[in-house]
Amino acid sequence: MTVVRRAGLALLLTAAVLVGFVGVTHWIMNIFIFTVMYAGLATGWNLVGGFAGYTSLGHAAFFGIGAYAMDVTFEHHSIGAGYVPFAILPFIGIGVAALSIPLGWIAMRTRAATFAIVTITLLFVVQTLAFNLKSITHGSQGMGITPPPFALHTYERPFYVAMLAMLVLALLITWYVQRSKLGLALAAIRDDEDKAHGVGVHVTAVKLIAFSTSVAIASMIGAVWAYYVLFIYPQFAVDPLISIGIVLMVFLGGKGTLWGPALGALIVVPAQQYFAYELGASKLYLIAYAGLFLVIMLFLPQGIIPSLASWADRNRHRRARTLSGGQLVSPPLHELLP
Amino acid sequence: MSNLLDVANLTKRFGGVTAVDDCSFGVEEHSITALIGPNGSGKTTAFNMITGYLPADSGHIVFGGAKMSRPRPAQLARLGLCRTFQQARVFNQLSTRENLVAASQPSWRQLFGARSTAADREQADELLADFNLSDQADKLARELSYGQRKLLEFAAALVGSPRLILLDEPSAGVNPVMIETMERHVRSRHAAGATFLIVEHDMNLVMRLCDPIIVLDQGSPIATGTPSEIQMNSAVLDAYLGA
Ligand SMILES: Nc1ncnc2c1ncn2[C@@H]1O[C@H](COP(=O)(O)OP(=O)(O)OP(=O)(O)O)[C@@H](O)[C@H]1O
Ligand SMILES: [Mg+2]
Repeated sequence: MTVVRRAGLALLLTAAVLVGFVGVTHWIMNIFIFTVMYAGLATGWNLVGGFAGYTSLGHAAFFGIGAYAMDVTFEHHSIGAGYVPFAILPFIGIGVAALSIPLGWIAMRTRAATFAIVTITLLFVVQTLAFNLKSITHGSQGMGITPPPFALHTYERPFYVAMLAMLVLALLITWYVQRSKLGLALAAIRDDEDKAHGVGVHVTAVKLIAFSTSVAIASMIGAVWAYYVLFIYPQFAVDPLISIGIVLMVFLGGKGTLWGPALGALIVVPAQQYFAYELGASKLYLIAYAGLFLVIMLFLPQGIIPSLASWADRNRHRRARTLSGGQLVSPPLHELLP
Repeated sequence: MSNLLDVANLTKRFGGVTAVDDCSFGVEEHSITALIGPNGSGKTTAFNMITGYLPADSGHIVFGGAKMSRPRPAQLARLGLCRTFQQARVFNQLSTRENLVAASQPSWRQLFGARSTAADREQADELLADFNLSDQADKLARELSYGQRKLLEFAAALVGSPRLILLDEPSAGVNPVMIETMERHVRSRHAAGATFLIVEHDMNLVMRLCDPIIVLDQGSPIATGTPSEIQMNSAVLDAYLGA
């Protein structure tokens, strides 16, 4: 990595942290937190949805499991308010990763549309369990956490930093996967899974590594979210719209890229919050979701980052042609459009 | 000599069509065996069952002494059996070089290491140079021509130095110079101890490269022999001429 890039990244990270420390109103801070939360969820989802090509609609289930894990730990072990609950995040992540291996092993025997259906079914199973395991989850009554004793005017900061830490973790894992043979194997699987078996790629193991890492990230983010919102109930914690939102953001930003999913979240979440605020009725954003999906599918089927990359690539080629004295023929219009 | 691969009573029906019908043959260790037959005689279907891409209705294979009635492609790859497809299958979104690295069967530890190490690149580039694909090394495989993809798939099948390599019509769609390159590679791998089972319609290539030749018609072998024996076999002529 060049020095310039490293400096740029350090700057970006510092800026992201500082955003949490400027004095803005609570509702703006709230938007920041949800933006970073979705950026983390989308980046984590990309490991399995983008790299392996398995479009999971079940990530909200693991988000919800993480949320309930947080609340249940509170209730039964009274771990004390303040910063301590953040320390149990790694345990939730590891626990959910372990739990997800048998689930993933079954679900990932199916592909494409079937996999999407199997995973959304999993989501509804988890939601039903949240309703019915009353002794643990209190069913539809929901469960709460005592508010932590953080100073009121900086109340959101710890949550913002925790969400940001999850996003950075997801980005680091993605960066590492891209550069390892894991990433190569995942790309081979996405291209032609049967062929990958035949050339000796450890297909099942690699898919499960991606799946369990991906949902572990979702669960840890769910746990932070549960601590932030303080009160959860089944439809709220295990919400299909979370899954759909994640998929939308990844598709918008660019599947299988490092920054695309986070970029998608950065665009969609503030826009959604803004429209919810402007239009009053918060469910109207669902129509915007549908519209945005349509626009992406029609005009940006690859997502923003891959489209920008190929556009830059073409420009480079054009410049190289002009510099080498070659005749500059203007490319056809459809090539100029991203 | 003993057989590296034995095919025993493989049968596959697609609805009313019996594509492979109680088919048995052996591939001797260290041979270049051809499997020929008219279009639709079941060669590709037999390959698919042998390599675990298609479950057989009945029958089994014995590879390297291990009997398998439901072989799996991954298991076979690890045991040293590799194949190519009639319609070349490569990883389109990977670069040409990475296609070879992906086929290099990394250990568990390597899985967590660099995507391509210097050694990986060196090994891949050597093969690419041999197949005249050096200029395409960094191109995505989907940008290659059909013939180039065919060569790439063949090269990828050689990466792990498998014991048995099954080629489904390696020369179809490939220019004559590259066919010679393929032939040279088959011979040199053969000299190094590998065994080949080749489906091929180019009879010149078959006759100069392969021995023995197995002829399939309507899903079962009708003749086995040396090139000269096969050329004089009347049942084979009948099968080809549709008499
Ligand atoms: N998936 C399938 N579904 C239905 N029928 C099939 C299928 N695959 C093959 N067949 C039929 O099985 C028979 C054998 O086909 P196969 O592809 O094995 O022939 P082949 O010997 O490889 O022919 P070619 O030389 O043309 O490649 C044909 O009649 C074909 O139509
Ligand atoms: Mg065929």
